[in-house]
Amino acid sequence: MISLLRKDFLILRRSRLTVALLVIYPVAIALLIGLALSRGPTKPRVAIVDETTPGASVQVGGRSVDVSEYAKQLFDQVEAVPTATRAQAIAKIQSGDVLAAVVIPHDIAARLSSDVSKAHLEVLYNGDALEQSLVQSSLSSALAQANLGFSEQIQQAAAQGIGLLLRGGNLGVLGAPANLVGLSQIPPLLRGVIAHQPPGADRAALERTLAFATFAAQNLALSKTVLSTISQPIAVHSTLLHGRRTPLNTFAVVVAVTVSLMFICLLLAAGAVALEREEHALARLLRGAAGNRRLDRPGGVLISREGLLTEKALLAASCSFVVAFAMLAGIGAFVHLEWTRLPLWLAALALGAVAFGALGVSIGALAREVRAASLLAFLLSLPLAFLALVPSGSVGRGLYDAISVVSFVFPFKAALQALDAAVNQSSPGLPISLVHLAVLAVVFGALARVGLRRLD
Amino acid sequence: MSESPAPARTSPSVLGVSNLVMRYGEREALRDVSFEAAAGELVAVIGPNGAGKTTLLSILAGIQRPSAGSVNRAPREVGWVPQQPALYSKLSVAENLALFARLERVADPDGAVERMLEQTGLRERASEQLARLSGGNRQRVNVAIGLLSRPPVLALDEPSTALDPGQRERLWSFIRGLASEGTCVVFSTHDVHEVQRYCTRALVLADGALLFDGTPAAFLAQAAADRPGREGGDFEGGPATGTGSGPGTGGDSPEDSRGGRGAAGYPIKDFEDAFVSFLRARGHE
Repeated sequence: MISLLRKDFLILRRSRLTVALLVIYPVAIALLIGLALSRGPTKPRVAIVDETTPGASVQVGGRSVDVSEYAKQLFDQVEAVPTATRAQAIAKIQSGDVLAAVVIPHDIAARLSSDVSKAHLEVLYNGDALEQSLVQSSLSSALAQANLGFSEQIQQAAAQGIGLLLRGGNLGVLGAPANLVGLSQIPPLLRGVIAHQPPGADRAALERTLAFATFAAQNLALSKTVLSTISQPIAVHSTLLHGRRTPLNTFAVVVAVTVSLMFICLLLAAGAVALEREEHALARLLRGAAGNRRLDRPGGVLISREGLLTEKALLAASCSFVVAFAMLAGIGAFVHLEWTRLPLWLAALALGAVAFGALGVSIGALAREVRAASLLAFLLSLPLAFLALVPSGSVGRGLYDAISVVSFVFPFKAALQALDAAVNQSSPGLPISLVHLAVLAVVFGALARVGLRRLD
Repeated sequence: MSESPAPARTSPSVLGVSNLVMRYGEREALRDVSFEAAAGELVAVIGPNGAGKTTLLSILAGIQRPSAGSVNRAPREVGWVPQQPALYSKLSVAENLALFARLERVADPDGAVERMLEQTGLRERASEQLARLSGGNRQRVNVAIGLLSRPPVLALDEPSTALDPGQRERLWSFIRGLASEGTCVVFSTHDVHEVQRYCTRALVLADGALLFDGTPAAFLAQAAADRPGREGGDFEGGPATGTGSGPGTGGDSPEDSRGGRGAAGYPIKDFEDAFVSFLRARGHE
């Protein structure tokens, strides 16, 4: 087996272009996937046409809220491109400079202040179905955020007015009397007056007024809370049920490294086994491996089928392990990783590599030539990686169940979970994933053994 | 079973094949094939396509397991030379030889490599990658690998296929040299002229059955004896012009067996003609 291993390393050393492609391609793919995962969606570039008059405001309880506050809220949610006119905005959409435009009409303040009509914004966009969907989704989210922020401003102004009504003092509204008594101050004042009143019709009237004032003060105080609730009716409180929350960037690192591990290992293992067949060497190496005759003298074989498969799987596993670990360590220079967990990383990478090696040799055993084996490995790798990353709930239940089964019977998801557990302490724990990988390695090793029965 | 008894041998048998049967489902690729071969013999296995030649050789080499029967040699005692060179094109001649010498657990791998480079005349090209060698030279390396462990028996599957006449001549010179040193060589071929020119014994297979086992001269005699009369046959040849010996007494040397006259006196044009005639007489086209 050592001789064969040396031979394979020698062949690899002389196939520099193949080796370079074998390493560079998967690492590039892995980094792209990792980069895509680690970056959240970028803000959509949107033209904002603010037709409101500078200083236009909405009057709430004697206080005014500047309408430009709304534009500010919207600017925070998008990459705003201030645009003077609607026509310019349309030109920018058509040229592709912006994804969409939001026109804030000049009468928005008047409509917001009126009790009868609703304020409207105009949203303009074009593009294909996918782009329209993306723009609609992004803008809906941005406008909802802006609406929320603006309504909070109005709610704060309203709450301030209610507070002044309750506490009394100077309302600051033109024409309002100075030093007004607050609603909450009226009940104690009335109680003082009632105490000096003899029983009779006047006292009864004052007591009824006291009851009303007490009730009104209590309910007006409550309305401040109600206003707050209306502005944000549902607050989100997150609870993680299992394990530790994995930061997106370190999860992306784990995905990138696992993809590289899989690509290199599968291609190398499948190619190495198929090369033996392509060079017509398989029969020469394995002849007599079946113990295929009654002998009057003992006979031997150059290498057993199991030995050959183990050698190829180890070759691929060791190469992919080295590349994947170098990648993990290299990325570790830029992303915070816990180096104290190094032994666990190594265990996850090693067992993942062995499981991928077993899958690779089973592909190689089925293929007749290197090109077919490589193609098969590619065709299998990409869907496996993408299927394993499909989040639950993003597709129908039946489809997700099918995806889960596929992900379970191939090593990518188990390797991803093992490395995620090793790097990020996520769930399921490392031991479960390692056992899963070991079982898959045995199963695919057995399949490869069956595939290698044919020697020609 | 074969029609002719195996020729008498003075050397002891080094290869014994007993009652080999090979079935692929319902089809029988080999039917009760038995023969023995002695040291220094050059045994040709010939027959039409699908006769079972490659199956027989692959069983000798230990690549396939027979459904029944036995071979008295372990796979390692049979040097194996497949039809297509089983070599690594990214390795040099010497590296290929060294790899297989180590895999074969040859006592002195470096010595074996040197010996084979010398024997094959490839010493000057020892460091060249296989991919850069001609087909003939690759085949020489292919044969050399089969000989690394100095096996008493060498099995070659159509060794001269795809070689030009010059390369073929050199290959056969090399193989005859091996036989003269005591190696029992068993090879399959579609080129019956090679049988006539080089081998000492022919095994004729058809539909998995061994139809003939004897010298090329005996085969010619048998074919001539089988020849139908002029009026009933489709033979267009004229009177015999060959110098071959009489029926059943073909000369032992290949040179003695170039055409001949059958028992009925009908001429045999050449070995290929005899081969076709022999098979036709037994219902194999």
